Amino acid sequence: MRRNAAAPPPAEPLVTARREGSRRVLVGVDAAAAALGLRPGLTVAHAQALVPDLHVAEASPEAEGAELTRLAAWCLRYAPVVAADPPDGIWIDVTGAAHLVGGEDALLDDLVDRFGRAGIAARAAIADTPGAAWALARFGRVRRADPWDLPGVLEPLPVAALRLPPDIVDALRRLGIERIGEVLALPGAPLSRRLGLDLCRRLDQALGHVPEPIAPLVPPETIRRRIAFPEPIGAPETLARVTARLCADLCRDLEARELGVRRLDLVFGRVDGGTRAVRVATARPSRDLAHLARLLTDRLEEVDPGFGIEEAVLAATRVEPLPPGQLGVRGIDEADAPLDLGPLVDVLAARLGPARVYRQAPVESDIPERSVTRVAPLAPPTGTGWPGGLGRPVRLIDPPEPVRVTALLPDNPPAAFTWRSLRRKVVCSDGPERVLGEWWRSADEASSFRDYYRVEDERGQRYWIFRDAPSDQGGRWFLHGLFG
Amino acid sequence: MAHAGRERLLADLRQRIDGLGQRKAGRAGVLPFGVPALDAHLPGGGLALGGLHEIMEEGEHGALAALFVAAFLARRPGPVLWCLARRDLFAPALACVGLHPDRVLYAETLREAQVLAAMEEGLRHAGLAGVVGETGRLGLTASRRLLLAAEDSGVPAFAVRRTRAEPEPNAVLTRWRIAPAPSGEASIPGLGRARWRVELLRCRGADPRAWILSGPDAQGRLAPPPDLADRPRAPERRRAAAG
Repeated sequence: MRRNAAAPPPAEPLVTARREGSRRVLVGVDAAAAALGLRPGLTVAHAQALVPDLHVAEASPEAEGAELTRLAAWCLRYAPVVAADPPDGIWIDVTGAAHLVGGEDALLDDLVDRFGRAGIAARAAIADTPGAAWALARFGRVRRADPWDLPGVLEPLPVAALRLPPDIVDALRRLGIERIGEVLALPGAPLSRRLGLDLCRRLDQALGHVPEPIAPLVPPETIRRRIAFPEPIGAPETLARVTARLCADLCRDLEARELGVRRLDLVFGRVDGGTRAVRVATARPSRDLAHLARLLTDRLEEVDPGFGIEEAVLAATRVEPLPPGQLGVRGIDEADAPLDLGPLVDVLAARLGPARVYRQAPVESDIPERSVTRVAPLAPPTGTGWPGGLGRPVRLIDPPEPVRVTALLPDNPPAAFTWRSLRRKVVCSDGPERVLGEWWRSADEASSFRDYYRVEDERGQRYWIFRDAPSDQGGRWFLHGLFG
Repeated sequence: MAHAGRERLLADLRQRIDGLGQRKAGRAGVLPFGVPALDAHLPGGGLALGGLHEIMEEGEHGALAALFVAAFLARRPGPVLWCLARRDLFAPALACVGLHPDRVLYAETLREAQVLAAMEEGLRHAGLAGVVGETGRLGLTASRRLLLAAEDSGVPAFAVRRTRAEPEPNAVLTRWRIAPAPSGEASIPGLGRARWRVELLRCRGADPRAWILSGPDAQGRLAPPPDLADRPRAPERRRAAAG
């Protein structure tokens, strides 16, 4: 349920209601109303008797449906296969997509958090089957089902978690069956004879015994190309050929509209009704056929064709304007033309993950390990560097390793130190360079500092070692880096 | 007459064989180190650009080796692809030898084995100043692939070896070992420029040899150490006298 500007403050209960025959019943209840014991299905009169100052708004299924579709289209940011599940659900097939946002838990956090900021209270769960995810999101205590223990996760949930019509839930309750585990314990055949096939179908769908395809949502303005095959295909080279053909068609469409693609989804429909999707992203808008085809074919090995693939859809789910290409003036100043790193970044990012291709940029901090940050690989050049003249090691040992140091006088530079059980005699040294803690971060840091020394041993190898306090205050020595 | 003809034939054949062996590696040219003693020893007068070079050092940290490569690439225009699997490279040090952070694109792989694949991808892009990979293993097949890719694009490839193991037989164009050398300035307080023992272990058309050099300056230039450069050529004279 989403509050608009005219809605009452969140602390006051709000419900939406719909006319059913001669009475009005609640359809949606917000958190405050739910806390007061209101549930969908109650009559408005009953609810108002329970909660006198209740705000009742008229439900409008069409507007809610449109809103849900819009939300589902927004969810395409997470994965290529997304579908709205009216009245109040959205499917996202996160197979092979979760690692891009840092794992399944991170994906759920991010999703719920972003919805929350948009004023939408959402619950999300990940499971191996759509049915189980539906059940977990609405009734579960855990957010993520272990793939090897789907029945174990579902058993304690109420039977309503199986997406059953209310009359079947009532019938089961009359039989004294409340939990899914109790349904699982019963023999299947008599159960379906008494209660209809629906129950067994939902049970099988939740447990993954029968596939439940998701019809992927495609926003109407999306540029897409589709090929259906008379015979199922599955050979890797066939998939590659199909991909190249789809790319060629799509690039023509993009060229006609002067668009470049930032994100491409290739969705394969399998004969068993399942879908397998590949998503690639580009750092700059592109409609370079060879480049896009290469990005996609690189990832085709992740696609399991199962018993065969009967259709392939290539959709440009994120596009940006890209004016018609200007032909480079070849031969005149070819050497001066800046190299376009876009294709290289895309290929590496598709193979390693987008966070693993980066540049480094300076941060204004004296603490060595905080003086470097990662920036996007194609971010505009910063032009800045680190302050020159400060010797900095090539290899930073992080975290710093404790070393045993001997010095002639307590506060002298080290005369020898032992690192990784090897004693090194210091021939000459430089320092100290004092690095102060950043007092605005924490009280601990305000009073801390490090005295760095560059020392050279007998062989000529140079080390970066520091002491975290004067020796009379129990300062300890650490090795923080190796110089080249 | 027949003798002269055979001489000419042999010379011609030699030239053709040289041409076959060098293939495209020679086409991309070389970049001199700017150290006369070093450049004079290398075929072509510098480090071949379209080739694969292996830089090792004692131990697994690859600190000197990485700096040696960074200093070399600092003197070339264009972006650098740096492939690594460990997170201990400290970018400010590269900036200290003239390799600006804006120029370096990092590709961090999950496993060390993927470093070589990422390197090969980079080597397809002519226009890069160079491709660096920090890797523990560099076998025959992998090195051949990288060498071919480097020859095709003219982009130099550097394998910074991060292992204590002996180098495997492979197809690198040159193999170097960089070791620290005492900077010998104990009389003066503080540390001066670092000193390296740069050893050419393997190179087509050149004998293995070692030099003592001053470490790179802020523009990435190596230099003969001042005290050695000014020393009179005494040892040679003594040897001549003995012989």
